[in-house]
Amino acid sequence: MNLDWSALGQVAAVSLGVTVAVVVVFAVGVLGLARVEGARENDGGTHALGLAQAGLCFVACAAVVAYGIYLIVPQFH
Amino acid sequence: MDHITFLVAVVIVTALAFDFTNGFHDTANAMATSIATGALKPKTAVLIAGVLNIVGAFLSTEVAKTISGGIVDDTLVSPGMIFAGLVGAILWNLLTWLVGLPSSSSHALFGGLIGAVWVGAGADGVHFTKVVEKVLIPALASPLVAGIAALIATYFAYKLTARARKDSVTKGFRAGQIASASLVSLAHGTNDAQKTMGIITLTLISAGALGHDAGPPVWVIASAGLAIGLGTYLGGWRIIRTMGKGLTEIQSPQGFAAETASTAVILTSAHLGFALSTTQVASGSILGAGLGRRLAEVRWGVAGRMVMAWLITLPAAALVGGVSAGAVRYGGTFGTVVVALVAVAVAAGIVLAARRNPVHANNVNETHEVSIKATEPTSVGTAA
Repeated sequence: MNLDWSALGQVAAVSLGVTVAVVVVFAVGVLGLARVEGARENDGGTHALGLAQAGLCFVACAAVVAYGIYLIVPQFH
Repeated sequence: MDHITFLVAVVIVTALAFDFTNGFHDTANAMATSIATGALKPKTAVLIAGVLNIVGAFLSTEVAKTISGGIVDDTLVSPGMIFAGLVGAILWNLLTWLVGLPSSSSHALFGGLIGAVWVGAGADGVHFTKVVEKVLIPALASPLVAGIAALIATYFAYKLTARARKDSVTKGFRAGQIASASLVSLAHGTNDAQKTMGIITLTLISAGALGHDAGPPVWVIASAGLAIGLGTYLGGWRIIRTMGKGLTEIQSPQGFAAETASTAVILTSAHLGFALSTTQVASGSILGAGLGRRLAEVRWGVAGRMVMAWLITLPAAALVGGVSAGAVRYGGTFGTVVVALVAVAVAAGIVLAARRNPVHANNVNETHEVSIKATEPTSVGTAA
């Protein structure tokens, strides 16, 4: 039997890393969004930093999604 | 097309029927958590999943080649054996659907096939080392990896957003869930539709209609994609209830973490050619997400029953596949017809049994239990 342990390890490491990274970045984005919404409710203003934070984080997540789709579609390779 | 005999045609129809039950069984993997948290309406969720499954089926055909050329000896396999194996897989899928357990369609398929080839051609026809290497090891490792990833991710998601406005957080993660659930569906299509394509291709190879290392023809890809997409759209609501509500009460950050973990594991595995079980990955993720939120209740009884179902899926389907293969081998055409009729009868019986206490888009989130006992809407409190 020729078990490919390194491939299996790769799957484990990459999955773990990507999952935690995406969820953490997304959570930070959600935090930014919460700040924006909080500011809007309190004084009707905008929270520029929160908006930038949310935008940046969501763009990063979108990039990961795009890379995921790239991985799924062999025609892109 | 001279090579396509009656039996081959029967096998192809049975394979597509299996593909349908596969989609039906596995809608829950992508959509259960989104439905449970309200990120998507039940009907919308299954529509998205169905369409993405079809799209996914067309996108990738890498896994199909490894299955038909891997776990069983292609040169010994007859269409009759494939038919018998599929019967085992379909019946097991329907039975687990009836009791609302998310078992692996892939294992049912492999089990049925292994049992049928074992009885039909002897143990030599089954490549047991390949089974361990390509099926069992990934099956053990993948839910564990997905579970740990979802657990850590959930922990951080709650830790980071603990002091933020609750409604903003829920809303944000719900939106994220739509994207992550869609990716799971797409990955599912690329992963699971391959299995049926692999089986049909294997049949065509054994019938001599295709060369030994041929890939699936376009019509095979199209019909397999449609069958799985339709099954997905109709939705195995019983399993959706167990995965979304039964294992643990899922909130939107958990749903997002679970779906992200599932996507990551499925995509990286598919990229490296492992044929893993989407069901086990998704269940592992959900359990991990349940554990990652402090004070979240994980119903270990349900989880235990689910793991039991995982363990007996392969042997149970192998048993049915083996018995069917025996009937086909010694009974010839008559045996094949008997097996087909018995299978249809049992399938119809299971569907009727499910009707007694139906789970559908409108009541999927009402409770966390799936029962096969009849509901009695008119009588309020029965004695005994």
